[in-house]
Amino acid sequence: MKNRVVITGLGVVAPNGVDIDAFTQAIKRGESGITFHQNLKDLNFSCCIGGIPQISEEKKLEYLTPLQLRGFNSSGILYGCIAGMDAWKSAGFDINSESDLDYDSGTIFGTGTSGVEKFREAIYKLDDNQVKRLGSTVVVQTMASGISAFLGGILGLGNQVTTNSSACSTGTEAILMGYERIKNGQAKRMLVGSCSDDGPYIWGGFDAMRVMTYKHNESPEHGSRPMSASASGFVPGSGAGALVLESLESAIARNATIYAEVLGGNINSGGQRDGGTMTAPNADAVKRCIVDAIENSNVLAEDIDVINGHLTATSKDSLEIENWTKALNRKGENFPYINSLKSMVGHCLAAAGSIESVATVLQIKEQFVFPNMNCNNVHPDILEFISEEKIVKKALNIPINIAVKASFGFGDVNGCIIFKRYI
Amino acid sequence: MTKEELITKLKTIVQPYIQDEEAFKNLSENTDFINDLKINSANLVDVILDVEDEFDIRIENDDMEKMTSVKAAMDIVNEKLAAT
Repeated sequence: MKNRVVITGLGVVAPNGVDIDAFTQAIKRGESGITFHQNLKDLNFSCCIGGIPQISEEKKLEYLTPLQLRGFNSSGILYGCIAGMDAWKSAGFDINSESDLDYDSGTIFGTGTSGVEKFREAIYKLDDNQVKRLGSTVVVQTMASGISAFLGGILGLGNQVTTNSSACSTGTEAILMGYERIKNGQAKRMLVGSCSDDGPYIWGGFDAMRVMTYKHNESPEHGSRPMSASASGFVPGSGAGALVLESLESAIARNATIYAEVLGGNINSGGQRDGGTMTAPNADAVKRCIVDAIENSNVLAEDIDVINGHLTATSKDSLEIENWTKALNRKGENFPYINSLKSMVGHCLAAAGSIESVATVLQIKEQFVFPNMNCNNVHPDILEFISEEKIVKKALNIPINIAVKASFGFGDVNGCIIFKRYI
Repeated sequence: MTKEELITKLKTIVQPYIQDEEAFKNLSENTDFINDLKINSANLVDVILDVEDEFDIRIENDDMEKMTSVKAAMDIVNEKLAAT
């Protein structure tokens, strides 16, 4: 007998909202978190806009101690700690450095790279022959597993504590890895999610690849345009999303609030074969990932109410829509509603899958569909596959029973999760 | 610099890292950084960097290993200051 897995806690640090309440309001209203950044312009970036969560010094001290903040320079770990700790608290747990070790709870908290600013600081010192002056803070902030190590210690987790990494599907993968662990009875609770640093040192490589838009430096909030005919590349974002996954049995025993159920999902790779490359998806693998996720969840494609797409606002959006229509065997007016959170927060890279999953779960919990902004001119290729009304341009208040989140990442990797309302 | 002045400076330096308030309040020449103040061993290197900055001295590996108490820190700082 496999355990059913439900979501009992949520936390988010997004460019348009730094806690669940603010984020929920922002996505209902379609508020953008994208702003112009002078430092990007000064560094000759083509794309000078991006999404950075706003966090005050006071807020930092609510989550990390003065000692933890000494020499601290890793925005991703900060975002991840805030989102993770908020999710833990919202699940009804106290956070106390003297709490008992909990062998039934663990974390899988992903990231792409950790502490790039801290690493930069360290490299300058090293190249100045000052290796001894690095202090004790470089390793824990720049190791990939820095975020899970911070959270594991803050929460006293005694089950698996690790960090996964699969580019832009990292967050989605983390959720499914934690789900499997609970389903198989290896843990009662898993804090899952992902985080990503902000700023030029994480975004520069993408700017160099010309995959970020350079056409909206004067109008940042209109820059991220998933599914639009005038989409011209993604807008970089940052932040963290976190979910507490728990066995249904444990959640009921604690009388915990249940936000939604994770019915299942799938992770696969296109192997950079058959049209797939390091940076482009193998369409067959994408479709297979979605089909297998639906099968694994014991639902039918017809049951899906809403899709939260990967949809980054590049030329690949049309292909993604085509893949969805073929995987679901639904098109035109029969296609589910679809939206992309990236229209408000940009592409939060390793954090995208988790922040977008939090948004998906909020849609189920509060029974609405958030609007996909900046899409008043839908790309004509997309209209070949689905009717325009299926692209949600204004928030909808409709019953949502089953919602799908998919993420696709560099390396030709895919992840797809099926969430269901729990009543 | 008097002994008291030196202890006061060291007290300010170690404050961010201590995890035992009582031992910190009663800090004296005989206080041990790890056993009394419960400073995380990884943070000892940070204490040493802060001592280097405060007194404008450089502490080498051999001395770093010894610097686990207020007394040892005072001896090393005094020795380095005398040499400059």
